[in-house]
Amino acid sequence: MQIFPCPFCGPRDEREFHFAGEAGKTRPDTTQTVSAENWAAYLYDQRNAKGAVREIWVHQPCQEYFILERDSVTMQVTGHQQLRKDQP
Amino acid sequence: MTRSYSALTLLRQGLTGHKGWRPAWRTPEVKSEYDVVIIGGGGQGLATAYYLAKNHGVTRVAVLEKGWLGGGNTGRNTTVIRSNYFYPESTALYDLSVRLYETLSRELNYNVMFSQRGMLVLAHSDAEMELSARVVNAMQINGTDAELLGPEQVRRLAPILNTRPDARFPIHGAVWQGRAGTGRHDAVAWGYARAASALGVDIIQNCEVTGFLTQAGVCTGVETTRGTIRAGRVGAAVAGHSSVLAGMAGYSLPIQSYALQAFVSEPLKPVIDTVAFSPAYGTYFSQSDKGGLVIGGALDRVPSYGQRGNQPVQEAVLSGLIEMAPALARVKLLRHWAGIVDVTPDSSPVIGPSGVDGIYLNCGWGTGGFKAIPAGGWLFAHLLATGDHHDISRPFDKSRFVNGHLVDEGAASGIAH
Repeated sequence: MQIFPCPFCGPRDEREFHFAGEAGKTRPDTTQTVSAENWAAYLYDQRNAKGAVREIWVHQPCQEYFILERDSVTMQVTGHQQLRKDQP
Repeated sequence: MTRSYSALTLLRQGLTGHKGWRPAWRTPEVKSEYDVVIIGGGGQGLATAYYLAKNHGVTRVAVLEKGWLGGGNTGRNTTVIRSNYFYPESTALYDLSVRLYETLSRELNYNVMFSQRGMLVLAHSDAEMELSARVVNAMQINGTDAELLGPEQVRRLAPILNTRPDARFPIHGAVWQGRAGTGRHDAVAWGYARAASALGVDIIQNCEVTGFLTQAGVCTGVETTRGTIRAGRVGAAVAGHSSVLAGMAGYSLPIQSYALQAFVSEPLKPVIDTVAFSPAYGTYFSQSDKGGLVIGGALDRVPSYGQRGNQPVQEAVLSGLIEMAPALARVKLLRHWAGIVDVTPDSSPVIGPSGVDGIYLNCGWGTGGFKAIPAGGWLFAHLLATGDHHDISRPFDKSRFVNGHLVDEGAASGIAH
């Protein structure tokens, strides 16, 4: 059983967390026309890196989304950050 | 190389102390140029090489494998072969595979031990029975065999299953596919390797691709740990590591890599002679010829390139097994491992051009690549030989993610593998 860090609740059992996607994707600007290719790339394409990854996870009990940094081979967690902008 | 395997050659070798067996495939020197270079010496890559030579007469072919043949997911799966999918596109693909498996041992002169022992997909409620009837109808309309069974028929086929009405999920019936079964996974890789090698294909092990050669945006070969190899066309069949190659070559993929675990128990006397799968428990199992229960379940929950599993899914799969067949509660595990699988958003494979000219893809099989080896190889060979899709592979082109024509098997059938 691996322990993952929630920035709000602290260290918790990995089963409480859910993978939401890779971090750093930018949603296409919908005030402009968005091509099918750009939508598909945003919705589906993944970097899926081997090694250091930066991902968005949700801690299901508190429903907060946050950034988790870890290694996708060793599974070691290397960092975490909250996504909220209103927090210091 | 031993020319042909038969009862007679076995007898002759037996009488002479088994001293005359030759390696099943050649170990050639790497040439500097091939018509087609296939990256990945698993079942898919080796089958592709075989059908390139056999169906299309393309024999200047190399299969590059960074480790040993069949050492990735071909050697790590639970050997189930079936075509009980929902959509016509999927049935066309996976049933082609089952049909090719039916004659494969004879075709390759190599016993892949395809045992058509049938597969049960259990239904545990009235609502699931209605959905099962829908799946059976779809499978029959799509041209493969399927039958809806009631609880008594399930009990007769697999008496080890818990058919009591007070089970956690009582068995109401099942979708039965009689032509489904299991095979000998290593033999599939070795059989294709031997047959491809005999037709002139160069199989190069311990040769890792480290980069792609491009000229004016067109791929013209690969850089490897054993030197530069030029190629007319490059095919990538590297389950689990497709995104790593994509990053190297500069095309994008809708793929996330996960570990998928499997388990084998200590050998038992025969307790089940079919494959039983319960979507509700999230567990399936069969019994190998050696007596070990071969057990599988869902993907791990954490994306991973580490070829090992983790505890939460192990607990879920094994507790599901015990609910399905409580008599197995005290059986000990012998081995437990994981492979890295390429998962697409619609749980269907990606076959087609990569987006970089000269590079073609056979990937995204997720949890179900082994059963599709003959069909994947057949269709990928067609693509690499002609540069164009076979009708059966066309729906699985990467463009479906742009035009929206997904083949959403994950959601439709609830079958993870």
